[in-house]
Amino acid sequence: MAEMTMAKALNLAMREAMAEDKTVMVLGQDVGKDEGVFRITEGLLKEFGPDRVIDFPVAESAIAGVSVGLCFTGFKPIAEMQFSGFGYHAFHQIENHVARFRNRTRGRYTCPMVVRMPYGAGIRAIEHHSESREAIWAHLPGLKVVIPSGPRNARALLRASIFDPDPVMFYEPKACYRAFKEEVPEEPEVMEIGKANIVRPGDDVTIISYGASMRPVLEAADELEIEHHIDAEVIDLLSLVPMDTETIVASVKKTGRVVVVHEAPKNCGPAAEIIARIVENALMFLEAPIERVTGYDLVMPFFNLEKFYIPDAHRVVTAAREVVSY
Amino acid sequence: MPRGKIELKNYVESLSILDADGNVDASLEPKLDAQELRLAFAAMLRARRYDERMLKLQRQGRIGTYGPALGQEAASLGPAFAIGKNDWLVPSFREPAAMLHRGWPMHKLMLWWGGNEFGSVVPDGVNDLPICVPVSSQCLYGAGVAWGCKIRNDGTIAVAFTGDGGTSEGDFHEAMNVAGAFKLPLIMVVQNNHWAISLPREKQSASDTIAQKALAYGFNGIQADGNDILSMIAATREAADRARKGGGPTLIEAVTYRLGVHTTADDPKKYRTEEEVECWRAKDPLIRFWTYLLAKKVMDEKARELLEEEINNEITAAVERTEAYEPDVLEPFRHSFATMPPHLEEQMMQFQAYLESIGAHPGRASNDKIETARGIH
Repeated sequence: MAEMTMAKALNLAMREAMAEDKTVMVLGQDVGKDEGVFRITEGLLKEFGPDRVIDFPVAESAIAGVSVGLCFTGFKPIAEMQFSGFGYHAFHQIENHVARFRNRTRGRYTCPMVVRMPYGAGIRAIEHHSESREAIWAHLPGLKVVIPSGPRNARALLRASIFDPDPVMFYEPKACYRAFKEEVPEEPEVMEIGKANIVRPGDDVTIISYGASMRPVLEAADELEIEHHIDAEVIDLLSLVPMDTETIVASVKKTGRVVVVHEAPKNCGPAAEIIARIVENALMFLEAPIERVTGYDLVMPFFNLEKFYIPDAHRVVTAAREVVSY
Repeated sequence: MPRGKIELKNYVESLSILDADGNVDASLEPKLDAQELRLAFAAMLRARRYDERMLKLQRQGRIGTYGPALGQEAASLGPAFAIGKNDWLVPSFREPAAMLHRGWPMHKLMLWWGGNEFGSVVPDGVNDLPICVPVSSQCLYGAGVAWGCKIRNDGTIAVAFTGDGGTSEGDFHEAMNVAGAFKLPLIMVVQNNHWAISLPREKQSASDTIAQKALAYGFNGIQADGNDILSMIAATREAADRARKGGGPTLIEAVTYRLGVHTTADDPKKYRTEEEVECWRAKDPLIRFWTYLLAKKVMDEKARELLEEEINNEITAAVERTEAYEPDVLEPFRHSFATMPPHLEEQMMQFQAYLESIGAHPGRASNDKIETARGIH
């Protein structure tokens, strides 16, 4: 076991995959010599050379589209969008080709690629660098959407995504890149995409979240227990598509009370889908209306205000208390 | 620093070998033996007759909207004819001559326009991508394929097609830029057919030629007579040779004309004159190539008759095969992911229950019943 940040863990996952499989490539802006603006691709150019670690021109659509062509010729590209806010340039290629080629050709051509993007607020960045737009990708048929929350699951899920036969949108909570360390096993570890993690078992209320919001959620769970004697069960979804409905429903059947938390805006956000699944599968087990603690339906304000806008532990505690006392 | 002129390292060439009247510049003729010449003519004629039949099928309501390639047979066949089987063809949607020549069975193309994904299932042994609808988006995966060829270093190259309208798309420019910057073995063929639905070539871009756009990206561009199969073959051979030797990409502007409608949903009378179309009809790629073959005594009227009959039979058989095709109603569910995730399994079960409730079973019959049940005819 070694202790490391999410940034290191992601780097490790790529290094391991590239060492094992010569078809794995990394493409993106400044991913080679500069080792990525967040240093996630540190050392990869030196270790694997310029044929496999490509400093790409500033063209996100091309990063995605060229990756599609590389897939057809037998490669497994890891495409990096420098920030998710610039990934919209690639939307057209991702919706029209990345997500559709398997279906279009009935499996003759597939896109076993990963599109990595740092997302979310909390690093005091300038405009366009702080949004959480995972719902956009989750809406597109043919894509998987994976969002890790810590170093250990980041490494295991990135490995799973690289070797997945289908395209994975890999959303990295950049606020977590270096925020904390975790023990990560020596040997490569894989987590199944589509399986949620019950991070903290409890009986009183189910709190469902993922990615960067897991930290305030866990903080809130501690506070709920210590200050309010509320025993929260916390579910880390880890993947929005496929979504682990089974784990969610089983927990709701036990607690009867639910809070869903994410940084993304509320309207048509992931919480809406999570709640719909609960309603479809466990309506009669609900003891109280479900609460959503999410971003507001606004663009993320410039960084001087962002701390007020990111869902924090206080908002989660308030929502959970309301749900429990209903 | 004084004010001066920056000399570009490169220039744009033009190429015309066989003109509209059948005159040929023998010094430029590509090496093609009699069999190859016959094959090229047969491929062009096949595409022409296929197009004509598709227009009829559309009018009879037997396929959906159709985008014919009438008049563009040489522009699309030439590049396909000049590359090898292991090379990659990345089509747009107006390249039936190229695709049929590459080995796509005719009924597959008919199925595509007839509303069946099976028309995108690339036949085994054919290194092609299927028809691509979003304009110029294919240029990028074309560049990606070329990149793969380069890394694998197996001497293969990629040929990607787009049109004059496609040169306005960002994806076209991103593909050109990447191909130039990384010296990818890519041949970008722009079928300049003068009309992007209703927008004429001169309103698409202020560039004097489309070929010159290559210069900005640091590689060769050539404007070839796209209605001259010999020019198209010669230009592609040269570009392919350069690409295989590590010389990077080439842009070939094939100057041609869309003699027909954009698609069967389009009425060109709204935006262009009949005189203009007539003028281009006189430059028909098939007529001049036929004159050339007759003069060379490579083919005669008798051989033509036999060929026409053979093509007619092939088309008839392809139509029969297309119309006998029974799509599997559940197939889209099975090909969304390598392993069907639980939410899709659940939706498929609901869909199956719905099919049963209307008395339908997977297969063509069920399709008809669904349409009846929904009042769609």
